[in-house]
Amino acid sequence: MSAAGSKNNTRKRLALGIICAVVFFFPIYWLAAISVKTPDEIFAYPPVWLPKSIDLNNYYVLFRDGDVWTVFNSLVTAGISTVIAMVLGTFAAYSIARYKTGGPNFSMWIISQRMVPTICIAFPVFLLFVSLKLVDTYIGLILLYTAFNLPYVIWMMRGYIQDVPIELEQSAYIDGLGRFQVILKVVFPMVRAGLFATAVFTFIFAWNDFLFALILTRSDVTTYPVQVTGYFGSQSTFWGKIGAMSMLGMLPMFFVVATMQKYIVRGMSMGAVKG
Amino acid sequence: MSRLFEFRFIILAPAIFFILLIGLYPFVNLLITSFQNITMFADDTSYSGFIHYERLFQDGRFWGAVMRTLLFTLVALPIQIALGLGMAFLFLNKMPFKQVLIAIILLPTVISPIVAGSTWRLMFDNRFGPINQILGWITGTDVELLWTVNLDLVWPAILVADVWQWTPFMFLLLLTALSGVDEEQLEAASIDGASKFRIFRLIILPAIMPVMAVAILIRGLDLVRLFDIVWTMTQGGPGTHTETISVYAYQVAFREFDVSYSAAFALIIIVVLTILVLGFLRLVEVER
Repeated sequence: MSAAGSKNNTRKRLALGIICAVVFFFPIYWLAAISVKTPDEIFAYPPVWLPKSIDLNNYYVLFRDGDVWTVFNSLVTAGISTVIAMVLGTFAAYSIARYKTGGPNFSMWIISQRMVPTICIAFPVFLLFVSLKLVDTYIGLILLYTAFNLPYVIWMMRGYIQDVPIELEQSAYIDGLGRFQVILKVVFPMVRAGLFATAVFTFIFAWNDFLFALILTRSDVTTYPVQVTGYFGSQSTFWGKIGAMSMLGMLPMFFVVATMQKYIVRGMSMGAVKG
Repeated sequence: MSRLFEFRFIILAPAIFFILLIGLYPFVNLLITSFQNITMFADDTSYSGFIHYERLFQDGRFWGAVMRTLLFTLVALPIQIALGLGMAFLFLNKMPFKQVLIAIILLPTVISPIVAGSTWRLMFDNRFGPINQILGWITGTDVELLWTVNLDLVWPAILVADVWQWTPFMFLLLLTALSGVDEEQLEAASIDGASKFRIFRLIILPAIMPVMAVAILIRGLDLVRLFDIVWTMTQGGPGTHTETISVYAYQVAFREFDVSYSAAFALIIIVVLTILVLGFLRLVEVER
């Protein structure tokens, strides 16, 4: 292939690539635009493509009415459950990866917990939480997100720990370190990147969850996705609030796609595809 | 009991305790409840046999939800694979701004399905959404299609939302798989004069098959439990026209409080899915 032809080809692919990006980004742009439109612009016909000015009133209303509290609730439940799941899950993963505890069937059982449709276990969990008085509490949601994300953490960290050369640990034992010290001082530093990536995805799964939050929250610990659906009324739909709240909920994701690309493949394919 | 034995179980036990909360308790509860007769009005905990399972088999609404969910999965999955594969080929070789473009394309996949559903409800709004306006420009007339109400349009609207959110996932996985295909083999084949289609079928496809299988499994399971996007766009309506398995299961459990019936419902779904997944895994193993 001649150099000119190849250059031409690259341009053509770049043009197509930009078209793809525009198509996939446009709905998000539209949502962002709605969030800074005035009510007149939101309900204009034909629709306004470019808001005349950036009107932050939709965001202001969320703060004024306290709706933004739901983002805080998401932050608390997703954040704390991520920390607990990471700590417990990584130690469990070490046991499974290094001592082969439970054998391969046990690992399969763990990951299969992630494949059960949420709705199928929702009602028994709901009943249990009613009897434990955990409905609409931080503890209840944190417990559930921890339980739900643990299989993912164990599965992912098992993979990362298996990638660590076992010789490193053996020489650490010879140097006289105890079992816990080997994990903390040798293994954890080696899997630092994997720990971070897994934590980010664990956080995202809890952050994005809707069904568990819908069932287990009423008013006190409502998370932001539940709040967003609350703006769809039978009489009127509060598009401005939906836009603003969704943008707040989307903020962490901009960070993820901008900085975590390297880990997204492995993180989202449950470790099956190593990027 | 050796100290090693103790250590490996001590570090494992807390996590397993949590997992049992969702991994054991619900199943025991479902199993027991499904053979009782608990509804919103009755609390009959005596053994009542298989009445709820029998009812499930005669429930037209249940089968409707199953058929809709399966059909949607069978339509959405190939579309997402085809589009994802096409885009993966597009981005395979070097190109300027490649990483930036990929980051932008990936955004829909990491956002909450609730936000995705809301966004597309906005996009498809008959008056204030841009879709009808764009269609109006193309056709040259005013278009006022009721995407979330019209029986013929509501599934295509949901399909667009799901394809938008999950094609980037397929794209990313397949892009990784394609970058791992043996270049020398490809070159040798093209020197031998093999057609592009033959190269794809005999070299590329077998090489990316394992990744494809993972993607199909993960996405297939997501599609079978489709809830969030449908819930925001239509809540299963109009009528039961977009009611999926998960949406109907939600209605039975949390709207009608038909407890025992919902337990039988959930158990059947779990058992059938488990069989399907195990079958799929065996199939993939055999092919490898």
